[in-house]
Amino acid sequence: MDDIGSRIIELVAKSKNLPASDVKMDTTFDELQIDSLDKINLSFAVEEMFSIEIPDESLNSLKTVGDVVRGVESLLAAAPPDAAKA
Amino acid sequence: MRVAITGLGCVTPIGNTVAEFRESLYAGRSGIAVFDPNMPGSIPDEKPMRFKTTAKVKGFDPLNNAAERLTSGVIVSADSSAQFGIVSARHAAAESGLLSHYDPTQIAIITGCACGGRAADEDANRNLYLHNARVPPTAILRTMASSGSSFIAIEMGISGSVLNISTACASGTHAIGLAFQMVRAGIAPAAIAGGYEAALTFGFLRAWDSMRVVSPTACRPFSADRDGMTLGEGAAMMVLEPLDAAVARGAHIHAEIVGFGMSADAHHITQPRAEGAALAMRRALDDITTTLGAPHLDSERWASRVGYINAHGTGTPTNDAVEAAAIHQALGEFAPHIPVGATKSFTGHSIGAAGAIEALATVLALEAGSLPYTTGVTEVDPTLNLDIITRESRALAPGKDIALSNSLAFGGLNAVVALRRYVS
Repeated sequence: MDDIGSRIIELVAKSKNLPASDVKMDTTFDELQIDSLDKINLSFAVEEMFSIEIPDESLNSLKTVGDVVRGVESLLAAAPPDAAKA
Repeated sequence: MRVAITGLGCVTPIGNTVAEFRESLYAGRSGIAVFDPNMPGSIPDEKPMRFKTTAKVKGFDPLNNAAERLTSGVIVSADSSAQFGIVSARHAAAESGLLSHYDPTQIAIITGCACGGRAADEDANRNLYLHNARVPPTAILRTMASSGSSFIAIEMGISGSVLNISTACASGTHAIGLAFQMVRAGIAPAAIAGGYEAALTFGFLRAWDSMRVVSPTACRPFSADRDGMTLGEGAAMMVLEPLDAAVARGAHIHAEIVGFGMSADAHHITQPRAEGAALAMRRALDDITTTLGAPHLDSERWASRVGYINAHGTGTPTNDAVEAAAIHQALGEFAPHIPVGATKSFTGHSIGAAGAIEALATVLALEAGSLPYTTGVTEVDPTLNLDIITRESRALAPGKDIALSNSLAFGGLNAVVALRRYVS
């Protein structure tokens, strides 16, 4: 698994106090009992980790851990962190 | 014992007197405006926030305006939130003649303020942590959420039951409700009650920005395209006293408070649950029977007399949907036909003061027999099945003399006051 995926899985697992092995790319937020507030907190942590900004409309469509990983990859491709800071 | 409202005062984004507030409310003049991104304490080159508007108090001048004058000692020791509260209470007490008719050692002051002196706190900590500056000796006084209630007591020489309630967005309504219960029960012969808040600091706005619940433009409660709340500030206060005493001394009676209900969702720190809000509304209606001594009337019968609901109506997709569901649960068959308004479309959400400002709007609506509309609504959300007042004010229907003012706070703390149009 790529670095972004493993970092996000680790983050999600830590936020729910679970071993990383319990969190897969196709694990849903419902399965993890991630509610709206958890989602906001998780997004904030992901934004900080990758120096990105997740738009509100994207946030609403996130249903699985894989959705987050793909979203981050897409945001990083559109604006790499160094460019974003410039 | 019936309880009358005989004095009103306010400092709000749509007026710093009750007359100005009323005029703006019926003229549809919202206090929501673009804020200065370079406000004091802001950090240059920070990425912009998701939203650009707040509802700020304008023209408040405690140094030069006689009606708002505060001594230099109070100005240095009291944060803006407390200053708004002091001036509002002063206006309410002056209008009612409270201090000429009641023993100041017995009068109660019950206020709601959730955030305290947020600006003072941020200023002191910023200077301390960034510049190793000494913390001013007034920092503690300016940050106390209860300092407004203390300063009101000091200014008026009131030494009865004086306290501040902090229940987030429901603080002001809890304060008015508790004061109502105290006056009704004879625990206090009269009371000043309301709320104050002034927390629109850079740090506070940033914190709300992170929660993603603020509208990028302006709040549009109950609109199909609503996309969040707008933050506000201000204060409102009212004087409560026994109706019989008010009539006997010839006081002007704006309206009656006839019921109070509160509840907790016991569910989630941010997600509201309709059952909790509905319970508070039903309890407020049931409580009317206690006040008016009509044991044959239960909450369902009182529901048939509700002619107006001043909703919590923040403008977030979730709040308005859950509140609508709660209104249906509490008021049943009557719910779709009761006119509903949201004052936050004018004043923004002033957290601890919101319930008091909205109770003020409800009192004015009952007194005038005219229900102010909700501004900013593009198209009423049809899924809510509510009669939202839009575009122009509406007459209070004959025989529908009761209004509810709802406050539904983060943390699931709900408070509802029931008010009644007074006819002498």
